[in-house]
Amino acid sequence: MSKDVEVRDFHQAKWDEPIIFELSTSGQRGILFPEADNEIKNKAGDIEKIVPKSIKRGRKPALPELAQPQVLRHFLRLSQETLGQELNIDIGLGTCTMKYSPKINEQFVRNPKFSELHPLQDEKTTQGTLEIIYKMEEFLKAISGMDAFTFQPGGGAQAVFSNASILKAYHTDRGEGEQRNEIITTILSHPVNAASPHTKGFKVITLMPDEKTGYPSIEALKAVVSERTAGMFLTNPEDTGIFNPHVKEMVDIVHEAGGLCIADIADANGLFGISRSKEVGYDMCHYNLHKAFSSPHGSMGPCCGAQGVKDFLAKYLPVPVVKLNGKKYYLDYDRPDSIGKIRKFYGVIAAVLRAYSWIMAIGADGLKEVSELSILNNNYLMKRLLSEVKGISAPWVEGQFRMEQVRYSWEKLKEDTGVGTDDVDRRCSDYGLQGYFQSHHPWIIPEPFTPEPNETYSKMEIDEYANIFKKISEEAYENPELVKTAPHNTPISLISKEAITDPKDLIVTWRAYKRKRASK
Amino acid sequence: MNNKKNIVYPYMPNSVEHIKKEMMDELGIKSIEELYSYIPKHLRAPEKMNLPEPLLSEIELKEHVEGILSKNTSCSENISFLGAGCYRHYVPVICDEINSRSEFLTAYCGETYADHGKCQAIFEFTSLMGELVDMDVVGLATYDGGQATCTSLRMTNRITGRKELLVPKTMNPEILLQLRNFCDFMTITEVDYNPKTGQMDLNDLKNKISDNTAGVFIENPSYLGFIEEHGEEIGRIAHENGAVFVVSADPSSLGILEAPVNYGADVTCGDIQCLGMHMGYGSGQSGYIASKDDPKFIMNFPNHFYSLYENDRGEFGFSRSLNQRTSYGVREKAVEYLGTNTGLWAITAAVYLSLMGPEGMYELGKNIMYKAKYASKVLSEVKGVKVVFNGSTSFKEFILNFDESNKSVEKINKELLKKGIFGGKNISKEFKELGNSALYCVTELTKKSDIDRLVKELSDILK
Repeated sequence: MSKDVEVRDFHQAKWDEPIIFELSTSGQRGILFPEADNEIKNKAGDIEKIVPKSIKRGRKPALPELAQPQVLRHFLRLSQETLGQELNIDIGLGTCTMKYSPKINEQFVRNPKFSELHPLQDEKTTQGTLEIIYKMEEFLKAISGMDAFTFQPGGGAQAVFSNASILKAYHTDRGEGEQRNEIITTILSHPVNAASPHTKGFKVITLMPDEKTGYPSIEALKAVVSERTAGMFLTNPEDTGIFNPHVKEMVDIVHEAGGLCIADIADANGLFGISRSKEVGYDMCHYNLHKAFSSPHGSMGPCCGAQGVKDFLAKYLPVPVVKLNGKKYYLDYDRPDSIGKIRKFYGVIAAVLRAYSWIMAIGADGLKEVSELSILNNNYLMKRLLSEVKGISAPWVEGQFRMEQVRYSWEKLKEDTGVGTDDVDRRCSDYGLQGYFQSHHPWIIPEPFTPEPNETYSKMEIDEYANIFKKISEEAYENPELVKTAPHNTPISLISKEAITDPKDLIVTWRAYKRKRASK
Repeated sequence: MNNKKNIVYPYMPNSVEHIKKEMMDELGIKSIEELYSYIPKHLRAPEKMNLPEPLLSEIELKEHVEGILSKNTSCSENISFLGAGCYRHYVPVICDEINSRSEFLTAYCGETYADHGKCQAIFEFTSLMGELVDMDVVGLATYDGGQATCTSLRMTNRITGRKELLVPKTMNPEILLQLRNFCDFMTITEVDYNPKTGQMDLNDLKNKISDNTAGVFIENPSYLGFIEEHGEEIGRIAHENGAVFVVSADPSSLGILEAPVNYGADVTCGDIQCLGMHMGYGSGQSGYIASKDDPKFIMNFPNHFYSLYENDRGEFGFSRSLNQRTSYGVREKAVEYLGTNTGLWAITAAVYLSLMGPEGMYELGKNIMYKAKYASKVLSEVKGVKVVFNGSTSFKEFILNFDESNKSVEKINKELLKKGIFGGKNISKEFKELGNSALYCVTELTKKSDIDRLVKELSDILK
């Protein structure tokens, strides 16, 4: 019945909103501050004399001057020109797990009992928050089978960097720091699995997928493993949604060669209660609390990369760690082998608090339900797209099911109509969808498209989503110009030259724009 | 086997049995497990995860979580003099209003078209920060001020090809720990300071700088609160030796203190938590990096740039640019790694700076400086208390030394806590040479009566 869900008529808000500097009117104020009272001034002395001459600001910053309602209206209009997850069927941003973030969790993080907590307060005064951190660590230990966690990394990429830092500390301690300078990863894993270890000084070896299976072959791995191997950074399932059933053999090969194995489980949505790091044999892993664990993505953060390790690596975790001593929680800084700090203080604990609340709301059965439903939703969407939408395909799919997402290809559509993935991507915004995620670079799959219909979308929404792409495909075959000139219903229209690749063309501040325009 | 109870979960619309069945029928399967049956048994998780029984109703969940949070007592219920990298500034209500909007709160990495408003707000963040630091190039916010510092200093290696860094001995110890991990291939040397003023020892700087120095770094105001007055001289020494001069500046000071570029900084960085973010136990941290409009610097920023451009209709658009620098563009060939960090805080800071304007930032800076001066003066009159570095001017933090009393900072802070006062951060272990000392912080939210209370309680404790 719901296959007949109609594609809705949509038009995004368009406000033609000026840049905030253009709204400035000299003398207007958005907020006033109380003056220091006279007793303070009298005791302190003349401000002109207090500020050392050598560093007194010469010219006030040229910030815009606006009254409060103007500021509010401006940013509300910009918010209306933004399609957050709560407004659209945000299935398109695959690998990101754009799931519903329970609204009650926002109340928790905005509660002054949390929001007005200074990280250096006496532990006696922060027992509630320390309890949440401690218990959340216990939850993640149960979910992953790992032995210890830190929440200090400010996101997934930083968690991979933290893993790479521990990897280096481990080999250095064993006297093999110089020798073991290579890491192995795969081309379909997130780019940070190459970039973060490289930032830490490792040489990167990249495995390509086997033509038949979509994941690297054991032989390919054996060919690159050596006494120089420090470790392997693996994502399973990779962005294709294919689970590599031979992952344990790969882990064993790296272990036998003296390397460690690190799992990128940023996108854990298909794995809860189904497969864990422990059984696979990983030594370290990380979760993104802003993906599978429901903390909102916040226009790209703040977020949290929860880093997990086995016992023998726990001593290297960043300081401090939260411990329980009888009845009191405390921060343990006395860790001589620690890699030090990754982020200031203890990380984005707001994301930990939200994730804790989310797990408490659904429990072990609920977590498994999350994964089962995201797998069901994904395979249902795959069936509909592949059987009903002309011009779309997915590699390595013959008779196969997938985990939580699929990387599709519009290659055939492009061949037939000239309409490629960029065009379809822009066109879907005309139907009320966020533009979709295509693929990380390099594109192994031509004209890619990676949706992830997680557990928080209804069947009706998945049907609407499929129907939109069915319609766009029909448009491409009937009137390709309509799709190629999209978007038509968004705040701005197609811009011919979008990507800026020459630093001379970069304009990231209004002052630079004014200067560059004046020089033309 | 699946022994799960049949619960309809409010966050999961398809957890209704008949919907699942309808979808399974479409796929021709009898159980969902068939969909992942290819995962071998030895890779399967145990039957059930060891987690507490869930609190399925929102009522129970609310009671439970708020019950735990009620064990905290916060800075709004006590008088706080804590700073040291996280600050209790006033958060204008409009900042919360905007950053709690669903559109911004739940948007992610969408680009030019569907997220036009988000892209513009980010461009405005970089533009407003550009005015504050008087520089033309600002990247999207980083994980925190520490990360911003680490990246800025790593940038000096990429620009000069050299591997030595000179940093002040008064530097934030937490950020120094970050730096030692992040720049572990570089030699980090600490430059001494004048014991009376805290100011960088220029002779020591001249002795330590060489042809191998990639970057010279200062914090202004410094971690220990004093204003570094010799920025121009330090920058000159750095440049004469071919090094890059990096300054970390607290944005809340820049309405009244000079932008570092105007005394020679090549790169300015720091933390923006002070610009409209609640503390959230350190959740509010976020960093910024800025430089001149010079490809030598631009191509070494690892973070996203949202560049403005115009289409044929004269509309402004914004796109992520120069991806050839970033790991998203070229994986390990990128200048550093890049991932999701703190976009919502960038938007919030944009709201904050738009509300403040030039006058607001000036008043804020003035207000804080008056209070810091007043507080250090009245506290220096307390028996057993000495203000360290009183030969310099403080911005919002200053050090109190208790050597002349017979009580440790730890003991004093415990006594203060009993009176509802969070005393300054104990720095006796971090800076042993400063003795039994604590770093005290005042902001525009510190009332005169708070400072006077502290004077009274300290006088009693140290009697």
